[in-house]
Amino acid sequence: MHPASSVILFTTSSGLGYGLLFLLGIAVPTGLIPAERWLGLAAMGLALGAISLGLLASTFHLGHPERAWRALSQWRSSWLSREGVIAVITYVPAGIFAIGWVVFETAGDAWALAGLLAALGALITVVCTAMIYASLETIRQWHNRWVVPVYLAFALMTGALWLSVVLHLFGPGALWSDLLAAASVLLAWGLKLVYWRAVDGDTGTSTPESATGLAAFGKVRLLDPPHTQENYLMREMGFRIARKHADKLRRIALAVGFAATLIFSALAVLTSGWPAAERWLFFAEARHSVMLYYGARAA
Amino acid sequence: MTSLPANPPERRLGLVIDLDTCVGCQACVVNCKEWNTGGYPAPLSDLDPYAAEPSGAWLNRVHTFEAGDGAAGRTVHFPKSCLHCENAACVTVCPTGASYKRAEDGIVLVDETMCMGCGLCAWACPYGAREMDVLGGVMKKCTLCIDRIYNEHLPEEEREPACVATCPARARHFGDLADPESGVVKLVAERGGMDLMPERGYKPTNKYLPPRPRRNRTGTTGAPAALEAAAAEGGFLGWLDRALSR
Repeated sequence: MHPASSVILFTTSSGLGYGLLFLLGIAVPTGLIPAERWLGLAAMGLALGAISLGLLASTFHLGHPERAWRALSQWRSSWLSREGVIAVITYVPAGIFAIGWVVFETAGDAWALAGLLAALGALITVVCTAMIYASLETIRQWHNRWVVPVYLAFALMTGALWLSVVLHLFGPGALWSDLLAAASVLLAWGLKLVYWRAVDGDTGTSTPESATGLAAFGKVRLLDPPHTQENYLMREMGFRIARKHADKLRRIALAVGFAATLIFSALAVLTSGWPAAERWLFFAEARHSVMLYYGARAA
Repeated sequence: MTSLPANPPERRLGLVIDLDTCVGCQACVVNCKEWNTGGYPAPLSDLDPYAAEPSGAWLNRVHTFEAGDGAAGRTVHFPKSCLHCENAACVTVCPTGASYKRAEDGIVLVDETMCMGCGLCAWACPYGAREMDVLGGVMKKCTLCIDRIYNEHLPEEEREPACVATCPARARHFGDLADPESGVVKLVAERGGMDLMPERGYKPTNKYLPPRPRRNRTGTTGAPAALEAAAAEGGFLGWLDRALSR
């Protein structure tokens, strides 16, 4: 699948923001993080800024961005719509929580409830984001039970890394947040390894024979494509570069991402790029069943 | 609304495509493009149509496959357009409500005034039936020529999809696949019509008729099994034969 930069920015940036919002929404009401104005301004500014940037980026690749509001209408059937609805709703408790923290320097009582609701909204939104991909049965690398846990773990990881940075820069640096960040790195990349193992072991259910119904004659291969140049389908779903070098790219993503994230976890600014590499691979490695009509052997 | 109709549509309009008779002439592809670029509601746009690398949105494509090897193998021309599935995943993923499946006849359509061009429906379609119109910024797909089949301004015999009307090999048939008396249903029963990727469970309405078994025994035509060598002749013709054989 074509790894569109707008979609990668959307999932990684909103993931970071929601991961951070989730941690703040729990840690501030429970007193783990002090409700101080400047810390709140930095932390909530970063969380809501990353969320808003991500959601805005998701409209960059649209043919008609001015119609994006319509995407809030079909929550009964569409995970993309559900994601949009929960994302918009989550702004309400997150905003109330931010006002309590920054303006009134408190996270007790009703403000605490707002924080917890914001954390819940953040969690559900990331699940919905992952389900946009995991619900597509046409792409077996996405239609996989590890996709949701991986999206959640990467959101937690980037959120925890930035939480550590913010606490060190604007508040009392905390050992628990540093340990949480390190643990979340292990969790995220561990889950990604499990995911890779799962998709590699699954060879898919469909073949060119089942796609054409010509199994009775033997092996089916493409003799003549239906068009001389690439079309929308091939550009969107026939992305090859990552698959050709999948092994190498995985090792690079893993080694660089894992080592660098651990070593430089204090400098999360730099390391937030690595989840983008992971997300790029998530798209680039995915194979769509339509490529069975263009010479692919399995999907 | 992008939820699928609660009850299966009373009529299931669709195509039956004969892989035995399709000659791969691309006439259906061209007539589909012609009708749908000139008709309602907006052109089916192309990018750089006269340059070295043209590309554009087409609603019907003909692939050519080889199946099997040697004497048992076949070359099969394979037209592919929207199959108007009963479990249309392209419809349910649509976040805007632009994609829908008609309750009355099962045709899957895109409302181009609501589509935001996100492309998720094309990802959800296993068959590659949807293509983005890059200039229009909206998703395009086969409408089963809904503006022909119900068009009372056309003579009744022309109220069929453009691809069906133009096929010179009569490899494409249009009808109601829910009506046991319809020609298409009888054709499917007679020829063993099949679904594409049945294991995925999308329940496509369109059916494909497999190539017929090869006829290996043919009757005698009376022609000699081999041509005999010409006997040596005298005279002018003999001289000519010898002269030309040198």
